[in-house]
Amino acid sequence: MADAGMLRFHVPEPEVRPGGTPDFSNVPIPKAGSVPRPEIDVDPRTVRDHAFSIIRVLNRTGEAVGPWAGLLSDEELLAGLRHMMTLRTFDARMQMAQRQGKTSFYMQHLGEEAVACAFRKALAPGDMNFPTYRQAGLLIADGYPMVTMMNQIYSNEADPLKGRQLPVMYSSKEHGFFSISGNLATQYIQAVGWAMASAISNDSRIAAAWIGDGSTAESDFHSALVFASTYKAPVVLNVVNNQWAISTFQGIARGGSGTFAARGLGFGIPSLRVDGNDYLAVHAVAKWAAERARSNLGPTLVEYVTYRAGAHSSSDDPSAYRPKTESDAWPLGDPIVRLKNHLIALGVWSDERHAQAEAEILDTVIAAQKEAESHGTLHAGGKPSTRDMFEGLYAEMPPHLRRQRQQAGV
Amino acid sequence: MPRRTMIEAIRDAMDVSMGRDDKVVVFGEDVGFFGGVFRCTQSLQAKYGKSRCFDAPINESGIVGSAIGMAAYGLKPCVEIQFADYMYPAYDQLTQEAARLRYRSNGDFTCPIVVRMPTGGGIFGGQTHSQSPEALFTHVSGLKTVVPSNPHDAKGLLIAAIEDPDPVIFLEPKRLYNGPFDGHHDRPVTPWSKHELGEVADGHYTVPLGKAAIRRPGSAITVLAYGTMVYVAQAAAEETGIDAEIIDLRTLLPLDLDTIVASVKKTGRCVIVHEATLTSGFGAELSALVQENCFYHLEAPVARVAGWDTPYPHAQEWDYFPGPARVGRALLETMGA
Repeated sequence: MADAGMLRFHVPEPEVRPGGTPDFSNVPIPKAGSVPRPEIDVDPRTVRDHAFSIIRVLNRTGEAVGPWAGLLSDEELLAGLRHMMTLRTFDARMQMAQRQGKTSFYMQHLGEEAVACAFRKALAPGDMNFPTYRQAGLLIADGYPMVTMMNQIYSNEADPLKGRQLPVMYSSKEHGFFSISGNLATQYIQAVGWAMASAISNDSRIAAAWIGDGSTAESDFHSALVFASTYKAPVVLNVVNNQWAISTFQGIARGGSGTFAARGLGFGIPSLRVDGNDYLAVHAVAKWAAERARSNLGPTLVEYVTYRAGAHSSSDDPSAYRPKTESDAWPLGDPIVRLKNHLIALGVWSDERHAQAEAEILDTVIAAQKEAESHGTLHAGGKPSTRDMFEGLYAEMPPHLRRQRQQAGV
Repeated sequence: MPRRTMIEAIRDAMDVSMGRDDKVVVFGEDVGFFGGVFRCTQSLQAKYGKSRCFDAPINESGIVGSAIGMAAYGLKPCVEIQFADYMYPAYDQLTQEAARLRYRSNGDFTCPIVVRMPTGGGIFGGQTHSQSPEALFTHVSGLKTVVPSNPHDAKGLLIAAIEDPDPVIFLEPKRLYNGPFDGHHDRPVTPWSKHELGEVADGHYTVPLGKAAIRRPGSAITVLAYGTMVYVAQAAAEETGIDAEIIDLRTLLPLDLDTIVASVKKTGRCVIVHEATLTSGFGAELSALVQENCFYHLEAPVARVAGWDTPYPHAQEWDYFPGPARVGRALLETMGA
């Protein structure tokens, strides 16, 4: 055997860094409508290609085409557009509130609005999401009150979580939104457990697990896939591939080959890749996966191909690690613009109505913000009590905590 | 009253709990068909079916993580980690998730799980079949930590743990599974059938969490122990002739401080015994609490007898394990003898 020379260590790098010209020409984007829609009881081995392609419905001219189109009414699409616009406006206002010192921290969804907003509409009442910190669209699309979200962000006296949690770590059992944890990927396996419980209980409810591209490298991603596959748990395993994990490009988690969807194939889990900026495609795929789960056919892995257009968080500056204009070059565009153009093409929407809706939504968000701020912000006005800090850890406060609460003088 | 081993008592606790409440599910590695490597779940799958008692993949984080999801749904999972030494992959799920779910969601979601794990040494288990990681749990706010020392308590505490609305770490001293053990490894072991605490009532009963038991009333010195060390302390008291009051803590958190303080105030002396390594072990917490609460009653420094600050060795088992000789010496020294 020939001498291979010294070993060399390989560290993947994104193709472009700050100062460079964004280039996604090497990202293959299949034509809208080109990926077949299998039956939900498909043999996973026969749909391997779906893990390497991208399911898309909206084409360049805003038409809905192909086998994944035609599931939503105009009214539903208009509602979807409004949800996404609301989330974007909410984000902008809360990002500004963070800059104004009204809260310590915020995380935006810019560019990813379609993923959670459209997914939510494929679920039934009682289903449970196990979200990350970047799926507030699930709450918005389910009609969770924005004021309550803001109260949580402000950690004020009306904060449902009593000031114990970092901003955006919402929780709402009622809205099928599991308590968010700062520890990445932990909820992925918990979602599978919830789904197993539903099956054990002969229930009809399903679970949805959420994870980002970077966190798929965590062990609990593997745990979740093993358990979901072993027990055929009624769960939809969502991977939101927004290309970035803080400053780390997705190639660091992906290993430079394959796709995130392809990870599911080794577990015998049908795995689909979908255009995450296409509201119709996200909804259609989510519905397919949810129906599979509800029909006792087991888990589905779905990779949403999207782009994190904003900073990772209010503590992050992406210009330090990627070109400032990279999001403009993203080939799958902007989810709001694409749905808007589709609705205009359908003749049920117009630029004027869009501008009017933007103004209305801004008014609604500002009104919610005013109401939330009347309950206080992080550093001003009403706040949760010190007593709240000690309570709710156990069902019944143990003696040592009672002593500490007394020491704290509350 | 029927006599049972600790294994049988633990199995009976799960049997009773599963029979009373169909939300109780039991799973872990080798727990289903085979009935567990220690036989603790034997016949449960046959009796309650595969959806109530089943085998899990070898993935501790997956076992605990899925149990948390089930608990959030409304079930009451009682899961097994085959050895406490192998809980570390699940530590993230236990400390960051199970322990905090109620708190961080303000009660929106809760986590009534029990995580059983065989613990402790004295069985030539070497480095990864002998550990006593209780301090890694008592340091975590939101968890409860239980260590039974006999079949009667094991059953009652386990039923109480399963019924408890909060996550409970249930550490089972595997050295005590078949009979009490006082550290005299050169003598024949007595089975539970010959011990009064091997008497385990049929049916449902509980031993409340957070309540210690005085195993040997005494007036000269207080010994704080749990698990296997309860019997080692009893042997040491007998062999030194010291009238020690031996307290079996049973629950480490919440801790029965009242029983501890009352005893030390009476005796004026305290020796703490555990198998786990000394530095930052649970004994340090006990020592600090005794000092804070009983300072003016203490007639000698609080002493600790513990495993050495090394990984648990194999060949040097009995040099490592805090046996009756070491405990006896600590008793004598604390008495000023």
